[in-house]
Amino acid sequence: MQTPATKMTGSQIVIETLIEQGVTDVFGYPGGQVLFIYDALYQASDRINHVLAAHEQGAAHAADGYSRVTGKVGVVIATSGPGATNLVTGIATAMLDSVPMVAITGNVPSSLIGKDSFQEINITGVTLPITKHNYFVTDVNDLADTIREAFQIAKSGRPGPVLIDIPKDVQVAECDFIPQGVVEAYPQDEVSDEAIDQAVELINAARKPYIYIGGGAASVGMSQDIMALAEKIDACIGCSFMGLSAIPHSYERFLGMQGMHGQYASSMANKEADLIIGVGVRFSDRATGNTAKYAKGAKIIQLDADLAEINKNIPVDVGLIGDIASSFSRILQRCQPQSHPEWQEQIAALKAEGKRISDLAEQKATVPLTPKKLFDAINAVKDARTIIATDVGQHQMWTAQHVTFEQPRRFASSGGLGTMGYGLGAAIGAAVATGDRTVLITGDGSFGMNLNELATAVSYNLPITIVVVNNGVLGMVRQWQTLFYGQRYSSTVLNRKTDFVKLAEAFGACAQRVDTPEAFRKAFEEAMQHDGPYLIDTIIDMDEFVLPMLPPGGSIEDMITTKEQGANK
Amino acid sequence: MKRYVIAIYVENTYGVLTRVSGLFMRRGFNIDTLTVGETDDPAYSRITITLGGDDYAREQLINQLKKLHNVKKVKLLQADNTVEREMMLIKIPNTPENRSEVMAAAEIYRAKIIDYRTDTMCVEVTGDPAKVKAFIEVVKPLGIVEMCRTGVVALERSGSIME
Repeated sequence: MQTPATKMTGSQIVIETLIEQGVTDVFGYPGGQVLFIYDALYQASDRINHVLAAHEQGAAHAADGYSRVTGKVGVVIATSGPGATNLVTGIATAMLDSVPMVAITGNVPSSLIGKDSFQEINITGVTLPITKHNYFVTDVNDLADTIREAFQIAKSGRPGPVLIDIPKDVQVAECDFIPQGVVEAYPQDEVSDEAIDQAVELINAARKPYIYIGGGAASVGMSQDIMALAEKIDACIGCSFMGLSAIPHSYERFLGMQGMHGQYASSMANKEADLIIGVGVRFSDRATGNTAKYAKGAKIIQLDADLAEINKNIPVDVGLIGDIASSFSRILQRCQPQSHPEWQEQIAALKAEGKRISDLAEQKATVPLTPKKLFDAINAVKDARTIIATDVGQHQMWTAQHVTFEQPRRFASSGGLGTMGYGLGAAIGAAVATGDRTVLITGDGSFGMNLNELATAVSYNLPITIVVVNNGVLGMVRQWQTLFYGQRYSSTVLNRKTDFVKLAEAFGACAQRVDTPEAFRKAFEEAMQHDGPYLIDTIIDMDEFVLPMLPPGGSIEDMITTKEQGANK
Repeated sequence: MKRYVIAIYVENTYGVLTRVSGLFMRRGFNIDTLTVGETDDPAYSRITITLGGDDYAREQLINQLKKLHNVKKVKLLQADNTVEREMMLIKIPNTPENRSEVMAAAEIYRAKIIDYRTDTMCVEVTGDPAKVKAFIEVVKPLGIVEMCRTGVVALERSGSIME
């Protein structure tokens, strides 16, 4: 039986279509050109939850964080003009990390479009390069199908953000609405048998296989097959930054992140491998360093949903474009079981060397609370379900190096765009989505960018533990200045007098300051039990480095593993 | 640097040309010509682009184009199996010395004089880009008042169609 059509306004259609598409939570900020949409939200508030952010950027990051931990399409709503432009960084962040998102903006009435009206901006023009697609809706009759198509595009193939701009008169106009089912993603190409065979041939011939997983593998959720292949062909597994949390870190074949700040063993094994099986990775510059020297001795197989990623950054021997999970499981079935004891010995030696390097650095530490001790405490206290969000900088790379993930979709961090100020919004989105304890690891620089969202975390009493890794400087930039700019610390010494404890308290959150491993552990345990947001201002030494490091444009031979070595660069 | 001709079938909707041309800008591709027009089905337009670049640039461009939601088909036209045409309107001073030269050139190039004034003549030249370029060289010494070219339209020969 067909559902009868109901006459509705554009605004009601927006909300009803969101509900129809399975949306239960939206993030946003009201304003003049979305008043009607907010009115419709109010009337549907028993069926859809709206989370009011402190700033549209925070709302966009929250929708992004919500999506990363659930796999659902994140939804954000903002008004025209500044509301819409405030979304831009959030949309770009989602674009670079392939996060499915639908952003809905109001615009001035059609009769005022193009006249530089109050709060008018051509947001479809602005977001053209940072969305998978965008829409300017001119007819209320197209509205529901446009929103459905936006969801379909957002979640199909390589996911990403889609923006829908709706002028106010379209929000008011009426038409018939018939609810439909949740749209399915567009089907992906099936990889040919010949291509799969080519990949299998390379795998069967390999002696040192390295399975290299990225954000694509993490979002598809194929960890079981990846570990099964590693077992079958006696391979190790490494990941890009975006691939963290796809494989349980306790799995012995998992070497962790490789690349600019990768784990020593993972980066070295990537270099030594004679076969790299890239799964949903785009071989970004941060992962490869100098592409002319990257993995010269290795054959490369690349599986990706996005055809434009094959051969984009690194020429590959076999490119498999389409559904990566399906291609991967076909490879798994067809390849021969193998044993590579020499490769495993080599990996064991690399792991031992990696540990020796990091232990050595730890022994030389002059202050008690080193980043490693900080993260050891976090790992000891958190559980497998704890969500980790970060901002961008040294604390983010330390998180990537030290935090152990045991379940997929427990990590939200801006990889591709590197958005400082991303973390708190993302943590809010993740906490709203799951209700699970969410730890935001941030720096004093990053936190300063969007700390206004503390208001949101407090308003909704979200279970967010905020660890401000506070070194009083913009640590990552400073590290580069130390290494490559003759220690000329241009604008990286903050010299601020911000008291993060008082600040958190002023927002209505609990907080304390610590500077020893013992005090941190105690505070962190307390924070993790606390009902609501809790900030720990964690004082560390400004001269801590993120190591190892491949200098920008350098290759693995240029790896810096100690501060002393860095000083001689 | 090789020259390529790419045909793109797109939905005939608002903003499509911006999306396609925006791609060139942000991926750093340099296009030589771009033409666009409605097809027999008014729901679709066909864009023809000519550009120079290496194999890498060509592959990237085609793959990035395929990702655009409004782009339905993309095809690299095979140079040895493609007819290309472009049209030029070119205005030349109408002086006693020029007159016979222009008329002779128009005759030989099978061009048409489509406007004849006391001060200028306007010639319509149609052909492949090489012919158009050659005509420009011929009339350059006579003085060119102004000119405009449509850019290339192209189809593959025989039954070859875009899939």
